[in-house]
Amino acid sequence: MSMAIQCENLTKRFGPRVAVNNLSIEIPKGSIYGFLGPNGSGKSTTIRMLCGLLVPTSGTGTVLGFDVMTQSEEIKQRIGYMSQKFSLYEDLTVEENLDFYAGIYGIDGPHRKKRKEELIAMAGLTGRETQLAGSLSGGWKQRLALSCALLHEPELLILDEPTAGVDPVSRRIFWDVIHDLAKKGITILVTTHYMDEAQTCDWIGFIFFGNLLAQGTPQDLIRQLEVQNLEDVFVTLVQQEEQRLAAIQPGTKGAAQ
Amino acid sequence: MKRFSLSRYLSIVRKEIIQIKRDRPSLGIALIMPIMLLFLFGYAVNTDVDHIRTAVWDQSKSQQSRELISSFVHTEYFDAAVYAESYHELEAMIDNGTVDAAIIIPPDYAHRLDNHEQADVQLFINGSDPNIARTASANAMLTLQNKAIRMQETRMEKEGMGKLEQPIELQSRVLFNPNMESIVFNIPGLIGLIMQNVTMILTAFSLVREKERGTMEQLIVTPIRPLELMLGKITPYVFIGFISFTIVLTLGIFWFGVPLKGSFLLLLTLSILFLISTLTLGIFFSTIAKTQLQAMQLAFAFILPSVLLSGFMFPRDTMPVVIQWIGGLVPLTYFLEILRGIFLKGVDATALWQDITGMVVFFSLILTVAILRFRKKME
Ligand SMILES: Nc1ncnc2c1ncn2[C@@H]1O[C@H](COP(=O)(O)OP(=O)(O)OP(=O)(O)O)[C@@H](O)[C@H]1O
Ligand SMILES: [Mg+2]
Repeated sequence: MSMAIQCENLTKRFGPRVAVNNLSIEIPKGSIYGFLGPNGSGKSTTIRMLCGLLVPTSGTGTVLGFDVMTQSEEIKQRIGYMSQKFSLYEDLTVEENLDFYAGIYGIDGPHRKKRKEELIAMAGLTGRETQLAGSLSGGWKQRLALSCALLHEPELLILDEPTAGVDPVSRRIFWDVIHDLAKKGITILVTTHYMDEAQTCDWIGFIFFGNLLAQGTPQDLIRQLEVQNLEDVFVTLVQQEEQRLAAIQPGTKGAAQ
Repeated sequence: MKRFSLSRYLSIVRKEIIQIKRDRPSLGIALIMPIMLLFLFGYAVNTDVDHIRTAVWDQSKSQQSRELISSFVHTEYFDAAVYAESYHELEAMIDNGTVDAAIIIPPDYAHRLDNHEQADVQLFINGSDPNIARTASANAMLTLQNKAIRMQETRMEKEGMGKLEQPIELQSRVLFNPNMESIVFNIPGLIGLIMQNVTMILTAFSLVREKERGTMEQLIVTPIRPLELMLGKITPYVFIGFISFTIVLTLGIFWFGVPLKGSFLLLLTLSILFLISTLTLGIFFSTIAKTQLQAMQLAFAFILPSVLLSGFMFPRDTMPVVIQWIGGLVPLTYFLEILRGIFLKGVDATALWQDITGMVVFFSLILTVAILRFRKKME
């Protein structure tokens, strides 16, 4: 199976702090990869390195076959990215935001019109085209951001906590879209703190303090750790790691800062 | 993919125009600020030294002494503001700044003149502003000399010796600004200075705002190229700057009465080149600054060298070569020559080729540096 994302010993340091430590992951094309971990564990940092937003301190990685160190422009053309913080223009309307990114991705003429209609319908934004993005509520903002990330029909979609602070209805719509896209062969890398969402992913990667602690299908992880559900996997992994760290460095309480 | 994309560039332009339109206060500032500054500084930077406040201690109190005082006042360089009765009083007035000069006419002034003896008149000058001091002493000297020569003439005529012929006489003619009014010289420069500082803040803010609001993160994961982004950001502001410049220019001509000797059209054309340069400078600042506050500080830090090194305050010819070179890093330097050349001397483009080339080189240089500095990365 060919890989959409492949990285080996990816490391990012911010001064003395190691945000991501020797991370190696492989994400098969067309799959949904759920990236889990407590706050500050390094999920966003990893994602930003893969998108070409941050330069790794060391390690290697390829995204869609392009090197993250040297070919970030090629990568940028082929991925859709939704950052953790809403980063569209709040003083532009829904349609103006879509038009702007359509222009940036060189989508013009009838194709642009068609694409916009499709995405507005998909995100359920019909009737809100002329509303300022800043005046949308959380869930709607996220749907708009997803639409903008999908305009150019990317092969890989990277979503950083797309459903944080979003109501259950919007979350359902979001994940329906994600599963639909995966069926069409698009690879999705998504971070989340909701275990019910993680449960529906093809693969799960669990990261803590910059270290990848476990990787596999949700079922595998539950079986390996001999627990009931993914939430238990999360808690068990965190506890095990904190005990391990406490044993190496007595006195250091390994709580996430 | 490496090529300049018109679609991406136009997208940025369109987006900027929408944002500018929705941000009325900022647009207002961009258009009104230059006008306000022109009015504020147009009157403030009057470097003409005239109507120096002068105290007079006339101890002679005669027909002759009153004539002398009135010939001082006639020059319009001196205003007989106060009359004093002692040295002590004069000194106090100069000390506390009531007056900048004092004329002392001795008690025997008229008596000595009548007896064809030499009379001494004293002048006190406050030297703390050398410009005022120089003007005051030079003009006092001239006034007295003229007066002395005229007295000599009448005396010789009375004695039947005919007219006094001066062996040499200097006939100078001031070209370009015949009345040597500083306002005529200062207003064109002021227009350039104001436009430079207002426009460079516009673009600096515009790019830094995207960093602050987080919209930059989304923008730099797209295939946008730095050149497309920068030119797209500059384009709408060229129009705003141009409107603003035209208004300020018109005010300079019609309100402040600065006569425009050369071509209005040429000036407007070259102002576009100038605006592009200053807006690019703003973009360059935004590649350094992380916040709007920092951008503002950078812009302010740039104002002082602009004022001092561009030729706005002091003529560049007398500066050391190294300083002249540093002045070349200020776009205003080139535009000042263009403004003053067209305004005062009425020259055409061929006479300004050096400054036009200088500005083009400056623009290309600063744009290149800005592009090299701009990273499609997060810090
Ligand atoms: N630009 C930066 N400079 C310095 N430290 C940083 C920077 N960005 C992130 N960090 C640090 O790196 C660590 C990992 O941060 P990151 O944002 O990747 O975590 P995360 O897993 O996405 O957390 P969350 O679930 O809260 O989004 C944190 O300790 C954070 O403080
Ligand atoms: Mg994060």
